[in-house]
Amino acid sequence: MLRYVIRRLIWVVFLLFAVSVVTFVLFFLMPGDPAAASVPRQATPEVVEQVRERMGLNQPVWKQYRDFLHGPDRIGVGQPSGVLNWPPNLGYSFKNQEPVLDIIVDRLPVSMSLAIGSAVLWLVIGIPLGIQAALKPGSLRDRASTAFALFGASAPVFLVGVTLLYFFYFKFRIFPAPKYTPFTENPLLWAQGLFLAWLTVAVGLAALYTRLTRGSMLDVQGEDFVRTARAKGLVERRVVGRHILRPTLTPIVTILGLDLGALIGGAIVTEVLFGLPGIAQATVKALIDLDLPMIVGVVLTSAFFVIMFNLIVDILYAVLDPRVRYS
Amino acid sequence: MSADGSGPLQLLEVEDLRVRFNSPDGVVKAVDGVSFSLDRGQTLAIVGESGSGKSVTCLSLMGLARGAKVTGSATFEGRDLLKLHRDELREVRGKKVAMIFQDPLSSLNPYYKVGWQISEMILAHEKTSKKEARERSIELLKLVGIPRPERRVDDYPHQFSGGMRQRAMIAMALSLDPAVLIADEPTTALDVTVQAQILDLLARLQDELGTAIIMITHDLGVVAEIADEVLVMYAGKPVEIGDRFTVFKEPHMPYTWGLLQSIPSVGSEHTGERLTPIKGLPPSLIHLPSGCSFHPRCPYVFERCPVEEPELLDWPGNGHLSACHLSLEDKQRIWETEVAPTR
Repeated sequence: MLRYVIRRLIWVVFLLFAVSVVTFVLFFLMPGDPAAASVPRQATPEVVEQVRERMGLNQPVWKQYRDFLHGPDRIGVGQPSGVLNWPPNLGYSFKNQEPVLDIIVDRLPVSMSLAIGSAVLWLVIGIPLGIQAALKPGSLRDRASTAFALFGASAPVFLVGVTLLYFFYFKFRIFPAPKYTPFTENPLLWAQGLFLAWLTVAVGLAALYTRLTRGSMLDVQGEDFVRTARAKGLVERRVVGRHILRPTLTPIVTILGLDLGALIGGAIVTEVLFGLPGIAQATVKALIDLDLPMIVGVVLTSAFFVIMFNLIVDILYAVLDPRVRYS
Repeated sequence: MSADGSGPLQLLEVEDLRVRFNSPDGVVKAVDGVSFSLDRGQTLAIVGESGSGKSVTCLSLMGLARGAKVTGSATFEGRDLLKLHRDELREVRGKKVAMIFQDPLSSLNPYYKVGWQISEMILAHEKTSKKEARERSIELLKLVGIPRPERRVDDYPHQFSGGMRQRAMIAMALSLDPAVLIADEPTTALDVTVQAQILDLLARLQDELGTAIIMITHDLGVVAEIADEVLVMYAGKPVEIGDRFTVFKEPHMPYTWGLLQSIPSVGSEHTGERLTPIKGLPPSLIHLPSGCSFHPRCPYVFERCPVEEPELLDWPGNGHLSACHLSLEDKQRIWETEVAPTR
């Protein structure tokens, strides 16, 4: 198991390098001039050229990539840039001259708060609904959950977000204006400020998880070992609790890991709509500004979380299902 | 009357059991008027093709046929199983009437250790400590011939071989010394050599513990080995009942003849003889053929068969029942001259 994890971790490094290369290539295929984008509109062509040189954008792409790995100090703080440096850094943002890593580290708690909070919500909504539906397929409860799943899956995130904001904040003031307060500062304000954003993300995923749980549980209920459990004379609560729920939830845990990983850099609509200064919001800004170091930074961060959660899921699978063994 | 004089009643007496399922296409008559009785320590084999209602018969006795409408009666130790409250029936399941199933891999929960699953059964019915239940699980695994049971008790089902899994299922089923063991095709999913071992094990445990067994099977070889009484089912109906000797020596029902002709006999590969399968497929249980359900496949069909449903009658008057319009003389003549020589 340990050897498996180490092998997978080495793979993570390779994958991240591959992701950074692809991001570099894609960036230079994009239309637009990053040098012109980062100077005031009235700047003379000479100034733009100076800025271009300063950013290293006049160099060939492979040289720029080499500088990204291990490059000269372009900002003049006495630190060379490069991920291979110690301490490693991701260079400096073209737009606001800050170290990319600092920006990301600042924004990470926001995205994580959003992801974790909404995950709790969609699990608390989706799994019980799915279980209820699967316990009595065809019943009113089952049909109601199907209706909810259909609604949740087809409602676009921006529509859900705007609707929630309109009713719960603008119209009835049930929640305060969306705002990020660090958890360590004030947990209550943290939750209040994020709740509508959590709900926005959670609606669609809760619908998905309702369907997943229902389907998974219906499958498990048809298994022979469930019949055995009943034939043993176990009380129904134990049949469900011990013999049905665990196999039902195992695949869901793994999907949860993947969704969480994808959400940390991927809640673009929600972060922008609610003005949450997270990774996804920074991604949008970096793309508009043609801010190459920021783009590479956020892409690597998102990729890192997706890959790591994949790994966690695989490890969890071996813990949850005794049949799975890695060697 | 039971052999040891323990009571005037049979251990299990099933009368006119009918099981219906509602399906989108109509009512499925899965079991249609099955009656049988089982004495202590006896083995009853229920034989038939897939879908003939063998398994549903037993599952419905235990209240495990989900979504089924069950009528009739099943008197077990003086109580009608079909009328018991859910909790009372749950008490009977496992403790008084235990079951083992066809595929021991899928019948054991892959997420829990074998010993844990046996202990769970004990703890569900008896007030005892987990430690005590575990000790007993080890004893039981030893009883069914699992080597090094004190270590294997902590294995997961996937770490057992097919035969060992079925042994573990048997250990679990017998953990509370039930009066009846329902074995639903317990050897079908196993290798031939392992099949024989499992049948031997069941026979040995039956001798030691005095458990009555209902053996559901489509394998007449198994029946010949273990059964006292045989109940042949076709399309949810009982078509022939008798003791093993009679049913094998002079069967009265063309369907039973067909089943017997479908087993290869030793030496048939030398004579170049081919097996005679029963022609056609079992009928839909929603739209049963008129009259005798078997008539579309029966080689001895005559005018009466599609018109009138044959009753299950004791033709020779010796407790050997069959449901067929052929006269007793015809049955005996056809069996002796046409069917028996081909096997």
